[in-house]
Amino acid sequence: MAPISYHLILSGILFTIGVMGVLLRRNTIIIFMAIELMLNAVNLSFVALARHLGSMDGQLIVLFVMAVAAAEAAVGLAIILMVFRNKETINADELKLMRW
Amino acid sequence: MIKLPPVNWLSLLPAIIPAFTGILVLCWDLGMKNEERHRLAWLGILGLAITAVVSFCLLGRNEPAFNGSYTLDSYAMFFNLIFCLAGILTFLMSIQYLHTSDIHAGEYYALILFAIVGMVVMAAATDLVNIFLGLETMSIAVYVLAGIWRQRLQSNEAALKYFLLGAFASGFLLYGIALLYGATGSIQLGKIAMHVNEHGASTILLIGVAMLIVGFGFKVAAAPFHVWTPDVYEGAPTTITAFMAVGVKAAAFAAFARVFLHTLGGIHGQWEGILWVLAVLTMTVGNITALVQNNVKRMLAYSSIAHAGYLLVAMVAGKELGGAALMYYLVAYGLMNLGAFGVIIAVGRRGEPNEEFADFAGLGFRYPLLALAMTVFMLSLTGIPPLVGFVGKFYIFSAAVKAGYLWLAVIGVLNSVISAYYYIRVIVSMYMHEGDKVPEKLSARPALAVAILIAAVGTIWLGVFPSASMALSRLSFLALG
Repeated sequence: MAPISYHLILSGILFTIGVMGVLLRRNTIIIFMAIELMLNAVNLSFVALARHLGSMDGQLIVLFVMAVAAAEAAVGLAIILMVFRNKETINADELKLMRW
Repeated sequence: MIKLPPVNWLSLLPAIIPAFTGILVLCWDLGMKNEERHRLAWLGILGLAITAVVSFCLLGRNEPAFNGSYTLDSYAMFFNLIFCLAGILTFLMSIQYLHTSDIHAGEYYALILFAIVGMVVMAAATDLVNIFLGLETMSIAVYVLAGIWRQRLQSNEAALKYFLLGAFASGFLLYGIALLYGATGSIQLGKIAMHVNEHGASTILLIGVAMLIVGFGFKVAAAPFHVWTPDVYEGAPTTITAFMAVGVKAAAFAAFARVFLHTLGGIHGQWEGILWVLAVLTMTVGNITALVQNNVKRMLAYSSIAHAGYLLVAMVAGKELGGAALMYYLVAYGLMNLGAFGVIIAVGRRGEPNEEFADFAGLGFRYPLLALAMTVFMLSLTGIPPLVGFVGKFYIFSAAVKAGYLWLAVIGVLNSVISAYYYIRVIVSMYMHEGDKVPEKLSARPALAVAILIAAVGTIWLGVFPSASMALSRLSFLALG
């Protein structure tokens, strides 16, 4: 079996890719996908740690996180759709009605 | 057949009642005529009042459930009272506000109730997963609420910004939870505390703590994680802004303080430095940027950032004094902030939000009582005795001094002085400038008037007689054990 550090490093890399995606991309759907990638990177950590520690807690959390991510996807896509209907754009840079 | 484990229903009561009320609101809404929908608000207020009474009666008890991953203790109950107060006042302010907007009442009231369920879970969670679940239950409801005025472009934009940045921050929070789990082998706060006290902090644990600070820092709007706050607060419907500024912030601080002051209290020295910097940054950024705003609602958004800074000072001070000061200040902040947003709602009309400083001009002559209430809230937010804002700040800064953070207290007081400028600017505008804005008579909007009255009376009452509520917040904080 591969040592735990492999899984944790992979999870860290995936998380970083997700963070970069959020910070660098301007299409809100891509940003949202990057956020989902972050959540799933964490899921990988949880599963690997659960296996490593021999406890079920980590695997249990993953189920909760997936449910939460699904609820978030439903709400998030609805919000993006609403914005697109009213503004005909989902580019984050064009959402600047309010600026200081 | 699988036998179900025994469940401590009593401990779940404060979460079940608002959840059940929310479902009832949704069902009742189906067969209702539009002009009758204000009854939904009264149903919601009834549900929240029952929740508050139940929480108050259970004060002093300690009811664990689900194998110790959820504990209804006095600490959680105290926060429940804040959530119920925020919810009830938001409902009172919403009744007429919804008529001046195009918001559909049914899901609006139900979502507020569901958000409160999430807050209650967050305050009572003694397990990192429950904190996450409570946070997401609350956040998802509030994402929708921020954008519930679908026809208004600012509301759309607020919802999208809040959603994207909120989900981004919960990713960090979740990673922090994973690292804490990996470092300590448990997700229960009690076991993590034991591990931390025995073994101290490993590098992985500290990275996890940093991630938690990012996640919570976002929810409480601490700088540098505050960039969403002004836009979201300005764009969301004003009632929801009030609810977010008070309820969401209190819930986030409830979990934040439980994890940091109690569970990670053993390694206080490791995280106090980060929070010290965050506190100073948050207070200063909030106050300085508030100075240049022309929109009162946006000014209050920056002011809420500044107040998150004062609350972080209490977190840094920690221990019994800091914790009790934090809880007392959240009550104080809730009352005066809800009141201030109530006055903004009162000044607005259908089609013209009237949120600029200029729109408040001359209000003191035409609506003396409304202007008087606004003056009370603004003075209290500045921290002028004998109002509740002064007492709260006094407790926070004295806790900081007693814990040895003299410079932090000095910076906090200096910041309060800066904040006087923009709060008093509202008062100057109301009493010393001529204006022609004519808001709708308050007598035509009794529920809103009652909400502002409750907030004003609370602001004065708790400021003149602070000892009872201070003792209550101290006892509740000590219940953390």
